[in-house]
Amino acid sequence: MMEFIFALAVGILTASGVWLLLRPRTFQVIIGLSLLSYAVNLFIFGMGRLRIGVPPVLENAEAVDPAFYADPLPQALVLTAIVISFAMTALFLVVLLASRGLTGTDHVDGREDAQ
Amino acid sequence: MTGMLDHLIIVPILLPLVSGAVMLLLAERRRALKGGIGLATTVALLIVSIVLLRLADTSPADGSAVKVYQLGNWPAPFGIVLVLDRLSALMLVLTSVLGIAALLFSLARWHRAGPRFHTIFQLQLMGLNGAFLTGDLFNLFVFFEALLAASYGLVLHGDGIVRVRAGLAYVAINLTASFLFLIGASLAYGVTGTLNMADLAARIPALSSGDAALFAAAAAILGTAFLMKAGAWPLNFWLPTTYAAASAPAAAMFAIMSKLGVYVILRLWMLVFGPDAGPLAGFGGGWLLVGGMLTIMFGTVGVLASQSLSRLAGCSVLVSSGTLIAAVGTGDGAVIGATLFYLVSSTLGIAAFFLLVELVERIRDPGADVLAVTMEAYGEGEDEGLADEIGIAIPATIATLGGSFIACALLLAGLPPFSGFIAKFALMAAMLETDGTAVQASTWTMIGLLTVSGLATLIAMTRSGISSFWARIDDRVPRVRIIEMAPVLALLLLALGLTVGGGPTMRYMEATTQALRAPQGYVTGVLSTERVGSAQGRANP
Repeated sequence: MMEFIFALAVGILTASGVWLLLRPRTFQVIIGLSLLSYAVNLFIFGMGRLRIGVPPVLENAEAVDPAFYADPLPQALVLTAIVISFAMTALFLVVLLASRGLTGTDHVDGREDAQ
Repeated sequence: MTGMLDHLIIVPILLPLVSGAVMLLLAERRRALKGGIGLATTVALLIVSIVLLRLADTSPADGSAVKVYQLGNWPAPFGIVLVLDRLSALMLVLTSVLGIAALLFSLARWHRAGPRFHTIFQLQLMGLNGAFLTGDLFNLFVFFEALLAASYGLVLHGDGIVRVRAGLAYVAINLTASFLFLIGASLAYGVTGTLNMADLAARIPALSSGDAALFAAAAAILGTAFLMKAGAWPLNFWLPTTYAAASAPAAAMFAIMSKLGVYVILRLWMLVFGPDAGPLAGFGGGWLLVGGMLTIMFGTVGVLASQSLSRLAGCSVLVSSGTLIAAVGTGDGAVIGATLFYLVSSTLGIAAFFLLVELVERIRDPGADVLAVTMEAYGEGEDEGLADEIGIAIPATIATLGGSFIACALLLAGLPPFSGFIAKFALMAAMLETDGTAVQASTWTMIGLLTVSGLATLIAMTRSGISSFWARIDDRVPRVRIIEMAPVLALLLLALGLTVGGGPTMRYMEATTQALRAPQGYVTGVLSTERVGSAQGRANP
């Protein structure tokens, strides 16, 4: 059940993200990128296998069974990915504002379609 | 792993990082000091990377002695390692050569066009060097992001509507590519349980068929991300616009950035899907070949249709990327050697061209490009202005610019005496070299495309050259400073030097190829390296 909900969440986030990414307004694009990054972060997390209530850190070094522990590496990767995508979103926001200021429109092409 | 020489491997990453950080502390108006620090850093980088190149070249040709630097002193599959072999050393040297040229060029005027240019420039160098050196998939992602973040800054450097508009698309497309990268990397981790490239290669043959299919998916997603950076069709519509909009020194650095995509594909593909990879051996080669050829076609059409010189340069990036991708896709040993030669030669050529475009555009009126295409299409304007041009002494500036332009055209089109000729010749010769079997149709197509793309480049360059240099020279002789001209000339001379030193260079490329073709050497080299001080039982800080 958990796997199903998890997959559903990733799927819906990705689908909404891609759809928004293809929209013509810069704000929609940035929200789309954010949703995509959530989906990707969940996906990375899922790649460490979904477990509930297991510690990621080995307590004593001798003779432990790794099956009782969660994989800490994907969690570290997610952390890195979150930080990076957060920074990139902020940077994109600046470019977006600059574009809005310079072109006077929030269309991704920097100009409105001819009506 | 003892002695100072071993720590040299991390210098190409640390040095620009430190100097970039230091320059952040200096006030914006102290440009001369910043320029001096930046230049000193890039020169030091060049020296270090040449030393590293010589170091890498001393190892036996089967690649069994790659130099491994363990960050945090953890052995390979667990800790992140930097790996120096011939390929990465070659790319390091190329990066620092372009770095010096672009930085020197920018000192004339571009570094004044926006804030914190020098810091961003150094961070870009750090990202590139790190991506070339790292032996870890996720670390590669981090360095990719570092260099991309810096490149966003460089694209936007100089401001203006065109740059912001191009930058918006550039940032969006690269963020999307980064997501693909992350999905591919984490999927690869989910399947194999490792992110170390060498360990990855070692685990591929043992995968069950279901896992192998998943890994193939991961590799395909990763490949898409890298192809996006490299500018493979149909993921490259952003590239000419962005590169044309970027300031000249930034665009010259981007010439190596799109080669980074090719480098990663070459590295990972040869490593992971080599002959020992079992059912996955040679996975995706056909896709690379076809994708590369389509990219050449797209680039060729783009070169012919370009109405401005900077767009023409952007489209030449596509032609060069396409050639490289297709050549990697053949997976043939001899072809890879020639591919590397072509990579170096075309990167030098394109970078020189991007710098030159900026200078040439100072002489011509903006309409001249559009006119060149239109005039040819309608056959007009042939009969005017012939009489009074005889006997005009061409000023030395124009002569130098024109000479460099011709050299660029010859280099990009692949005509002698420049290295582009040797590169293309070696590519074709290697592709035709089959052991008695008939030459495949795809090979003929590729050779045809190479020839046609060269011809198209020559036509387009001639056309633009005529309209900018043989047009009337009015009173406007452009002011070109010597530090702007010197980098262009130096890059072109280097390309000429590649021709003269073709033998030793080709020998180096052959050794690189041999090491790439025998990935076991890389794998055992990385995985068997002990941690420092393990013999004494205690790590040395």
